[in-house]
Amino acid sequence: MLLYILRRLLNVVVMLLVVATITFGIFFLVPLLQHTDPVMRYIGKNANPVAIAGIKVKLGLDKPVYEQFWLYLKGLVVGRDYANGNDVIHCPAPCFGISTQTQTPVWPTLLHDVTVTGSLAAGAAVLWLVFGVGTGVVSALRKRTAIDRVAMVTALAGVSLPVYFTGLAASALFVYNLGWLQPTNPDVTFTSDPGAWFQGMLLPWITLAFLFAATYARLTRATMLDVLGEDYIRTARAKGLPERTVIGKHAMRSTLTPIMTVFGMDLGGLLGGAILTENVFNLHGLGFDALNGITKNDLPMIMGVTLFAAFFIVMANLIVDLLYAVVDPRVRLA
Amino acid sequence: MSEESSTATATVPAPKAPAASEGEALLQVHDLVKHFPIKKGLLQRQVGAVQAVDGLTFDVRQGETLGVVGESGCGKSTMGRLITRLLEPTSGKITFEGVDISHLSTAKMRPLRRDIQMIFQDPYSSLNPRHTVGTIVGAPFRLQGIKTENGTKAAVQDLLELCGLNPEHYNRYPHEFSGGQRQRIGIARALALRPKMIVADEPVSALDVSIQAQVVNLLDDLQTELGLTYVVIAHDLSVVRHVSDRVAVMYLGKIVEIADRDSLYASPMHPYTNALMSAVPVPDPSRKQEHNRILLTGDVPSPVNPPSGCHFRTRCWKATEKCAEIEPPLVALKTGHQVACHYPENAPTDVIAETITVSKEAGEAVAKAAEAAVAAKAEETAEAAETAEVAEVAAAEEAPADAEPEAAEAAAEESTEAVESTEAAESTEGADAKGETKS
Amino acid sequence: MTDSQTSTTETTVGGTAPTSFLSVRDLRCHFPTDDGVVKSVDGISFELERGKTLGIVGESGSGKSVTSLSIMGLHRNVGKKNGPRMSGEIWLDGQELIGAGREEVRKLRGQKMAMIFQDPLTAMHPYYTVGQQIIEGYRQHNPQANKKAARDHAIQLLDRVGIPQPDKRVDQHPHEFSGGMRQRAMIAMALANNPSLLIADEPTTALDVTVQAQILDLIRDLQQEFGSSVIIITHDLGVVAELADDILVMYGGKCVEKGPADKIFSEPEHPYTWGLLGSMPRIDRELQERLVPVQGNPPSLINLPNGCAFHPRCPYADRTEGLSKTEVPRLTSVGQDHLAACHLPLEVRQQIFTEEIAPRL
Repeated sequence: MLLYILRRLLNVVVMLLVVATITFGIFFLVPLLQHTDPVMRYIGKNANPVAIAGIKVKLGLDKPVYEQFWLYLKGLVVGRDYANGNDVIHCPAPCFGISTQTQTPVWPTLLHDVTVTGSLAAGAAVLWLVFGVGTGVVSALRKRTAIDRVAMVTALAGVSLPVYFTGLAASALFVYNLGWLQPTNPDVTFTSDPGAWFQGMLLPWITLAFLFAATYARLTRATMLDVLGEDYIRTARAKGLPERTVIGKHAMRSTLTPIMTVFGMDLGGLLGGAILTENVFNLHGLGFDALNGITKNDLPMIMGVTLFAAFFIVMANLIVDLLYAVVDPRVRLA
Repeated sequence: MSEESSTATATVPAPKAPAASEGEALLQVHDLVKHFPIKKGLLQRQVGAVQAVDGLTFDVRQGETLGVVGESGCGKSTMGRLITRLLEPTSGKITFEGVDISHLSTAKMRPLRRDIQMIFQDPYSSLNPRHTVGTIVGAPFRLQGIKTENGTKAAVQDLLELCGLNPEHYNRYPHEFSGGQRQRIGIARALALRPKMIVADEPVSALDVSIQAQVVNLLDDLQTELGLTYVVIAHDLSVVRHVSDRVAVMYLGKIVEIADRDSLYASPMHPYTNALMSAVPVPDPSRKQEHNRILLTGDVPSPVNPPSGCHFRTRCWKATEKCAEIEPPLVALKTGHQVACHYPENAPTDVIAETITVSKEAGEAVAKAAEAAVAAKAEETAEAAETAEVAEVAAAEEAPADAEPEAAEAAAEESTEAVESTEAAESTEGADAKGETKS
Repeated sequence: MTDSQTSTTETTVGGTAPTSFLSVRDLRCHFPTDDGVVKSVDGISFELERGKTLGIVGESGSGKSVTSLSIMGLHRNVGKKNGPRMSGEIWLDGQELIGAGREEVRKLRGQKMAMIFQDPLTAMHPYYTVGQQIIEGYRQHNPQANKKAARDHAIQLLDRVGIPQPDKRVDQHPHEFSGGMRQRAMIAMALANNPSLLIADEPTTALDVTVQAQILDLIRDLQQEFGSSVIIITHDLGVVAELADDILVMYGGKCVEKGPADKIFSEPEHPYTWGLLGSMPRIDRELQERLVPVQGNPPSLINLPNGCAFHPRCPYADRTEGLSKTEVPRLTSVGQDHLAACHLPLEVRQQIFTEEIAPRL
């Protein structure tokens, strides 16, 4: 087991290296091929050559590409000082580089914004698990009834409608038409004003959860129906167990296993940023940073978010696999 | 034949040659091994192997049916996949019509695939549900790029008719057929390229009783008509008896007994074969009481870690220390009857005597017998009955005329027991405990 | 509970409790599907005394498993829009089950009647230990038993069904058991509450022949020890011959022959029974040159042939003066406790039997 985890962690490191190499390749080499100097992103187009040269030295852009990459990786582990003479920007480990927009290290921004994304994802996850799985179970047990059909049509809508439609429509309705909620203010945090924060997060949560709940309802329904057809469910009934035990214990445990897998992956993916939801509701999470980085050509920021997201996905993968072994005794990790 | 290749210690001159042995060997298998590696750890090092098939040597003769029986996990299906080269052997040699096919590449195997075909157990999952019967049965023609005289359709329809299906059902899908009909479709597909040999892996075990007989008869007719050679893999001893000319019994990756059908069923020599046969439920309630059943205890051991010596010894009521130490070789105790056992049953009497005298232990054994006289005597009485039986069977079997009288036999048995006599006391109980002869 | 249909058997349908331990009267179980109504069981009647074993024999789709699930009350959505329709009566120890409430029948399941299924690997929950699964059934019907007592009971049961080291095995999962051991565990689970009726649905079909012998032996021993009634459902005539006192042969959802086991095997009366016996290769007989299969294929339960469902496959159908094509044969007495549903005149049947069938048996 321990060996297995070690081996998987080694995989994680290799995986992240690969991701880093590819992103570095795309975002740092492509401008070179296009004959646009990356340094221009840090400094205006009309800067004088001396200033450009200075910044180049400071950011290490004067060095060969492989060395730049090496320095980047080294910075991730031990930190890095961007210096040209006395002009020093200290970037402690893990150093994801200097944002071209703020001229400050990327990491603190990432660290702050991941909490925003995290709270968005966590809140939505609770909602979609409760409603998605709940709806799926009810649908499966009431197969081919009106409840089932309504639930599944709603789920289909949830899967099909994009967030920038449901999100904006919900905002328009609840915030601007009915006035039940205040528009989300990115500066309000949980610590500064919990009530306002909660109220502001409500719509983002619901919007994001709707998307996922729909998928989960469909998945739960299908899995549950499969499980209900299993021989061991018949055995449980043959033992004289009441229906609530048969469903609640025997069927649920088998149904939840695949859902747990998907859930882990979804959550891992979401922590890397819910780009659409965050932008629709003006939440400054990683998804917001990613979109912002792309529009503003902030390469270190893009790389940071990408690596961060990759890290969450790979770790989620590992955790899901480990959990699976705990839940399903037939699974042996080796 | 196999006698030459085996390390026979004793061979008895044949009183009569079995009918099937005249054929040439179409397929020869020598010391065939297939191990599936088990990998573990950080570096995925191989830590062991599932010894699915562990040293098989046998021939399949032109025009005969070789039945292969054994319980699940004995390696019979792996064997089937090896001789059709769906799997590559770990070691050993497979020769088909004189050509070594053990390690031929997929490309080089392709022309040979025409000659060796396979029929599978499950008629429900072995046919692609999205293809029509015509497409399924015609697939071999297309894959091998073969043009037939009146076009593929006519050829396929001929095949369907040959297998007892309505040729007009050419355009139907597998789900429109019953289990028995689907198995016929599978057979038609296998026959498309006029193969020389067909390996049938549990061809009837998924079918209803009344339908089984239809398929068995069909296979029989096709063999007569087309001169096919069959290897039929099955767990049902009654079916195997019905279809086979010769039968091989497998246990944990090895052949424990291989013999002409009549010889095997009339006088099985390996204890495992005996146990298997007595376990077959017989549709005759009047035999419920008189039936002396050998009940094996426990389960088949794991092929990852098979017992030392004789693989069957852990469940055998005759097992001694010798069985744990020395693996019994597959030797011919009678013409066309090879068995791998230190203490075979129903064996011609002189053979046992000879085997025993040849064995080194004999001298010591007699000495030990004296020491453990009491226990041995107890055994002797028990053995006396068995000896009588053995002699009877041997006589009935037209055993060699020079068979020694019971006295010699008893002596032989005694020395056999002597080897066991170190734990003779146990083995008396053991015989009951392990054999559990129920009445 | 009252049924307007007249019974085709000697047993009559009525509201009165029978004297035998289990009495099934004119049981029908029809499943509506998109293609039509599947008449899986269409008028089955039988009696089973305490301590006796009934073997139900038939091919796949003959309705034998549906019969057993009906007794156990394991059909879902009975009487609902798309659910199965059931009629007839099932009396277990003086209590009628088809008209009884779901809760009542549930309380009997696992308690008074228990079931062993064909494939023990799929019939046990993969995530729970064998012990947990036995204990669950035991405590359901013995809520007063504490965990320790229930666990001890489970270990005892595992020991009784011949599982070595039961105190260790009790905490293992089904996948850690071999096929034979798993079926033993399944039997232990069924025996948890010492049921008076044990239904075994193809209990050995998934097992190897040597393990099959062990399991059949175990079932026989346990029956003697506990005195329960057993219904064994199988397609294997060899297996029923080992265990059954009485045999019921099913074809197309109906009973075509029933009687004492030795009669069914020595003097079978129905051509289908002849066919079954003739088509199986037998290890205890001289080798036949050729097997005698039953021609054709099993009928569709949606569109059963008119008249006798077996007539399209029956080699003697032409000797019934066309009756078998038009009229459903009644189950009539052909000997002591021996019934068969066949239009062949008795003398013709006997002639066929002595001339053609008996020599092959």
